[in-house]
Amino acid sequence: MEMKKNRQGAVLFSDYTRGKSIEKVVGMPRGDVLAEVKESKLKGRGGAGFPTATKWMLTAAAVAEKKYIICNADEGEPGTFKDRVLLDEYPALVFDGMVIGGYVTGAHEGILYLRGEYSYMKKGLENYLEEMRKDNLLGVNIAGKEGFNFDINIKMGSGAYICGEETALIESLEGQRGEPRNKPPFPVNTGFMGCPTAVNNVETLAAISHIVVKGGKWYQKYGTDKSSGSKLFSVSGDCKKPGVFELPWGTTITDLLKLVDADNVKAVQVGGASGVCIPKSQFDRKLAYEDAATGGSIMIFNESRDMLHILKNFMEFFVEESCGQCTPCRIGNVKLLEGVEMIESGNYTFSYITKLKELGQSMQVASKCGLGQSSPNSFLSILENFRDEIFNNGNGGVNVR
Amino acid sequence: MSDKEGRAPESQKPLVVEKPDDTSKIGGMVSMEINERKVQVPLGTTILEACRQNDIHIPTLCHHDDLCTAGVCRVCVVEVEGMRTLQAACAYPVTNPLKIKTSTPLVRKARKHIIDLLISEHYGECYSCFRNNNCELQSLAKEYGVDHYNFGHVQKPRYEIDKSSFSVVRDLDKCVLCKRCVRTCIDLQEVGVLEAIDRGDKTRIDTFMDKPLADVICINCGQCINRCPTGALRANDPRDEIWAAIDDPNKHVVMQTAPSPRAAIAEEFGIPAGKSMTGEMNTAIRRLGFDKVFDTNFTADLTIMEEGTELIIRLFQALVEKKEGVALPQFTSCSPGWVKYLEHFYPEYIPNLSSAKSPQQMFGALIKTYYAKENNIDPKDVVSVALMPCAAKKFECNRPEMTDSGYKDVDFGLTTRELAQMIKEGGIHLPEMPQTHFDDPFGDASGAGLIFGATGGVMEAAIRTVVELVTGKKAEDLFENANVMPVRGFEGVKYAELPIPVVGPVPEILKALVPNWDWLKGATLKVAVCHGTANAKKVMDDIKAGGKFSECHFIEFMACPGGCLGGGGQPIPTTPEIRKARAKAIYTEDESLPLRKSHENEHVASIYDKFLTDGPCGHISHKLLHTHYTPRGKYID
Ligand SMILES: Cc1cc2nc3c(=O)[nH]c(=O)nc-3n(C[C@H](O)[C@H](O)[C@H](O)COP(=O)(O)O)c2cc1C
Ligand code: SF4
Ligand code: SF4
Ligand code: SF4
Ligand code: SF4
Ligand code: FES
Repeated sequence: MEMKKNRQGAVLFSDYTRGKSIEKVVGMPRGDVLAEVKESKLKGRGGAGFPTATKWMLTAAAVAEKKYIICNADEGEPGTFKDRVLLDEYPALVFDGMVIGGYVTGAHEGILYLRGEYSYMKKGLENYLEEMRKDNLLGVNIAGKEGFNFDINIKMGSGAYICGEETALIESLEGQRGEPRNKPPFPVNTGFMGCPTAVNNVETLAAISHIVVKGGKWYQKYGTDKSSGSKLFSVSGDCKKPGVFELPWGTTITDLLKLVDADNVKAVQVGGASGVCIPKSQFDRKLAYEDAATGGSIMIFNESRDMLHILKNFMEFFVEESCGQCTPCRIGNVKLLEGVEMIESGNYTFSYITKLKELGQSMQVASKCGLGQSSPNSFLSILENFRDEIFNNGNGGVNVR
Repeated sequence: MSDKEGRAPESQKPLVVEKPDDTSKIGGMVSMEINERKVQVPLGTTILEACRQNDIHIPTLCHHDDLCTAGVCRVCVVEVEGMRTLQAACAYPVTNPLKIKTSTPLVRKARKHIIDLLISEHYGECYSCFRNNNCELQSLAKEYGVDHYNFGHVQKPRYEIDKSSFSVVRDLDKCVLCKRCVRTCIDLQEVGVLEAIDRGDKTRIDTFMDKPLADVICINCGQCINRCPTGALRANDPRDEIWAAIDDPNKHVVMQTAPSPRAAIAEEFGIPAGKSMTGEMNTAIRRLGFDKVFDTNFTADLTIMEEGTELIIRLFQALVEKKEGVALPQFTSCSPGWVKYLEHFYPEYIPNLSSAKSPQQMFGALIKTYYAKENNIDPKDVVSVALMPCAAKKFECNRPEMTDSGYKDVDFGLTTRELAQMIKEGGIHLPEMPQTHFDDPFGDASGAGLIFGATGGVMEAAIRTVVELVTGKKAEDLFENANVMPVRGFEGVKYAELPIPVVGPVPEILKALVPNWDWLKGATLKVAVCHGTANAKKVMDDIKAGGKFSECHFIEFMACPGGCLGGGGQPIPTTPEIRKARAKAIYTEDESLPLRKSHENEHVASIYDKFLTDGPCGHISHKLLHTHYTPRGKYID
């Protein structure tokens, strides 16, 4: 495994010793652990921002013989690599978090769903799990707690972006085509093999390990009221210091740009291809669930970038990565991409573009899963926020209809 | 009736909560508000069902009453209070009080957009499509007043039409990716030749390795055709060739008609399911120019004689002669979809299949031999058409072994839908036709032959005959009105035990085979019936595991859900209610017939007198009325 870099961060990257949180929880009743997580107000870091305590409570409350904890390490959002950093450099945080999840929810099996491209890590992680077994942090009667049995398996992802969506991930684990399921029922009720399953992002689980050791109150000190704690941001694009940074929620875009040494910035794409594109005039906005939300991806574009071209890349991504299951997303994204191409060639009418915007709004509400629901975001935000640049592209508008 | 477990993805299983009559058992009723009206529905009802129960129409496309939930087309979206996005009514179970709205501006706009999108990708013109006027995409477009292409329209086909199969033609340019065919082939049929492949805009329904349908393990049941909402799937249509034969003065064109088409063809003329039009159909067939119209039920009666005799021989060999390796239970062989299923998935059980041909093929062999001879017609000039509810019959008549007459025994399998089309082309309005009877010598058949059309029918027909031949008592004495209720109905797998407390004298026709019935006295005949190959799989797996079905003596298997009345050539749409109505039509007609047992059919007796002179399962019948099968296996290269 790669040498650990000395990363800076008050929360996630703060000190932690393997097994510490596990040793602590085995002396606590389940309810107390849940209460601590609840106190922290931790929300899922995979993008949707669902309160983790609630997810675990529901999984714990479900009556079933078998339950599962799945760590979602599919990390497919373009421009995101923070989960890789955690697994590579802080595996203790992630695996301990899974064990705690098992303790709280009553699951005895954990699955790490590892992105196909990260297969180079598999061997190292497996060795790490083996060490944990030797230290009695996995296996039976963990940390001396009678009847607390839990183990972790690593499964490789299938290479499709959609397999990061939790129900598509489960389908893919079951050997089916990676397509999102209908919800309800939610995985907490009917997940992997029909059993209650908590799917958590790598970073969420890593945060748990700290929260358990240092307390929910401590965690809550960081961030904003609605977005507690810190967040890892994967910063890419036009800046001098790209990389993964831990910052408290509520950091403004301006502050972040300073940190990574970016000048001449025209736009920041927050939340990857499915996020929104924020223009310079709004750089005082906060990175937080309640304002500019993100699963971690921050892409910086300077003045030399062509926004229409960027949008085209995003739309091409969705046309390809849609699982193809539902109508609004499968065909809708094709239409939006065609719209971008029309603008590019100058062969468009404003009334058709308006129609496409309305279509985008329908896609946001009628698509089956988060992919189709968010794929029009960049189309809508870029056309809105960069109107002048895009529609004065020198080609003028030619009537097509 | 469909079993929603099967190989369906886990996700689809819990969506439909089984609802017992007493809803308190599962948590009782939930109150909800639909368009501000308060209603009560059983826990677990989907929003779609709740709306239907309250007469509120929700458009659907991927939903089908027979199938697992898909939730993929999204035309059924509704607003659920408190939710950011719209929800698919077909996929959303009501488990807590909900407030929903089914026709808000947001909902209408989203639905319209979805329909516009589907149409923008749809390559096909309604006037040159067999689903014109019976297409769910077309009706959605009409319902939402589509009058132009809002998001453009494809100009060129993307796919080649796959006409390789004798039974099913696939035209993917008309596919809306609802996956009903995929679910049919997996959930109902457990075959699984169709699957969505690739992602994004390249997604399409395909076979294993992109192979033509003729080269995969498709059993030709055509169930996918009946559930496809559009013209993307259709049967391989022989109408042109049949018209040509009719128009050729040198050809003698005869039609045999299976029991199920007559119980359903009226649906093609706008009449609700459940009305038989046997006499009207006979007249129409003659007016189209067919020289003769015969009743396949006649050979169904013959099948009972042959298959029943075969069963008695097997039982005698096993129980009295103590012969080793007698294949029991005996399986019926009249459903060609089932036969091919067995050949693919359980080839080691081929010896259990009755060697008796299906009624269609028995008929074919007799027409070009017995009938041609009796009527001094050169068999090469006979064109033999079989009106069937079935897509697999088209494959069956093309099996290389089906040429025992020296010619292709049956030239064409014609579906109910295709005959209705010919009748329309002939300018005939079926319901107005006078009623006429079938032609001799194959015109009189029993009600036992008729009920072959419903699941359990072959078994019931066999039981009516076997109990009479063995016990010497009347079927009516043992079953009220000779209706063998335990084998009727739409339950996926049925099982029945028939004790034989007394035996009678051996009838003349069987004397060569068994000396007496003493060996059956006090025995219990165990039988089972199943329909839909997903259910067949359950029975077969149980047999393999040595379960209770391995102890049966005789099992009826039908490939199609509901039996032939739900066949892949029957009018579209199909639903559990429609199949029930067709079954009722068949059973009502059976009860109205004077003759209800195969062995009492005088014409059957006379054919054994005059032609099949060495009796059931004798040499002549073996040559003409029996066949052999081909082990195929699951993998084809
Ligand atoms: C298209 C799509 C892709 C996703 N990809 C990921 C991913 O790569 N990693 C991840 O943790 N969550 C991903 N999610 C979110 C998951 O569905 C799920 O909400 C998350 O794993 C839950 O974990 P959390 O509660 O810890 O955030 C994705 C969602 C969608 C709609
Ligand atoms: S929204 Fe897109 S990715 Fe999600 S289910 Fe529909 S087609 Fe698949
Ligand atoms: S499938 Fe339906 S919409 Fe398409 S051409 Fe045929 S009738 Fe028209
Ligand atoms: S005909 Fe039957 S077996 Fe063949 S694809 Fe259709 S449903 Fe499947
Ligand atoms: S072929 Fe027919 S049933 Fe199958 S997905 Fe396409 S439209 Fe649906
Ligand atoms: S009918 Fe509900 S999504 Fe298709």
